[in-house]
Amino acid sequence: MAKKIRVLIAKPGLDGHDRGAKIVARALRDAGMEVVYTGLRQSPEDIVEAAIQEDVDAIGLSCLSGAHMTLFPAVVRLLRRRRASDIVVAGGGIIPDEDVPRLKKAGIKAVFGPGTPLSEIVAFFRDAAK
Amino acid sequence: MSRPGGPGWQVKLVEQLLRGDKRAAAKLISMIEDDDAGASEALAAIYPKTGKCHVVGFTGPPGVGKSSLINRLVREFRERGKTVGVVAVDPSSPFTGGAVLGDRIRMADTGVDPGVFIRSMATRGHAGGLALATFDAVKVLDALGMDLVFVETVGAGQSEVEIASRAHTTVVVQMPESGDAVQALKAGILEIGDVYVVNKTDLGGADVMASNLKFMIEEKAGWRAPVVRTSALEGRGVQELADAIAKHFVHLKSGALWEQREMHRARKELLESMRRLLSETYTGASAGKEFEREVRRIVARKRDPRTAARKLLVKLDVT
Repeated sequence: MAKKIRVLIAKPGLDGHDRGAKIVARALRDAGMEVVYTGLRQSPEDIVEAAIQEDVDAIGLSCLSGAHMTLFPAVVRLLRRRRASDIVVAGGGIIPDEDVPRLKKAGIKAVFGPGTPLSEIVAFFRDAAK
Repeated sequence: MSRPGGPGWQVKLVEQLLRGDKRAAAKLISMIEDDDAGASEALAAIYPKTGKCHVVGFTGPPGVGKSSLINRLVREFRERGKTVGVVAVDPSSPFTGGAVLGDRIRMADTGVDPGVFIRSMATRGHAGGLALATFDAVKVLDALGMDLVFVETVGAGQSEVEIASRAHTTVVVQMPESGDAVQALKAGILEIGDVYVVNKTDLGGADVMASNLKFMIEEKAGWRAPVVRTSALEGRGVQELADAIAKHFVHLKSGALWEQREMHRARKELLESMRRLLSETYTGASAGKEFEREVRRIVARKRDPRTAARKLLVKLDVT
């Protein structure tokens, strides 16, 4: 059996909007990946623990509350602390353009704003698992 | 993602597992799921360290509240000082092979507890509400030191009975208004329970469902399966359910039942492993000349399939 790509889609922070996360989860499913979705209002600790137990290749974070500058880098830091920084982290949601370089510097490999074609996101996660 | 490499790496992973390393457990489960080279050796090294945990299977229709109930039970058993592993199975798409694994949503608040390990698993084409790797993953969690391991089946329907032959205790979850007394009489899922649950008592009508179930339950090998009413939403009935599960384990361990069950389980696993080895040996391009020769004989009506199979088996070398 070939190695399956496993991705965790997670919603850190307090906003209750997961339409985007669900659409991405579905697109990755349709691309043949196994997607673990953990639901709303997850702390960075919850997310990293889930990523480790589920042995995912990558994490997709979705945040629409504006707290991405705190929460996204926190996930990367915790992964590093758990010696799991081989797990790739990407983010999406309402993220101002000027925040993107800082997020990338903090270890977020890609940032997908509104209107990103799903094919681009699928391609990213496929590469991330290589 | 890179898999661990170098000589003896499975041994290292297994050592880490036995020290209680969750990442090693997670990696080993993936290896088994992907049927990686080395998975068999790792499992062989793990096997002597297993057999200590209480395996509890949960089955019942989708949306009946299995995940929510498991979440409540994990917390209940944690309060009783037990460590708990969970393997939650969801279906893979038969078209793309992809899956959305959503059982963890209901268990989000227990996932970070150091005494808990939760793994979501896709069926990957396996029927019967479980994945091929499910019970090997249970062995990994057993070796990790979990006192209980809960297995949540897909919940596809009435014929999901494989779980009963592999779990020590099978919990069948139902809800009110999901069928009359005749539904409760039907064969299959309602015959396999060691404990029955009517969940969602907050919806009302639970008493009718519970008495329908009680009507159908018979005593088997000195055990009359109890019917427990719960509301996972409100946390009601969870202690009684935990008590019933623990009591069933004591019952199993008390007589000759345990050894019978273990013998049955070992027999089944041995047969399954033989079947698997066989089909792996004779799949696709690797099937070999001998196999293809027999195929042509069968097509030409020169040999019947059973005789051909016997001929191949006599000459078989799967190592």
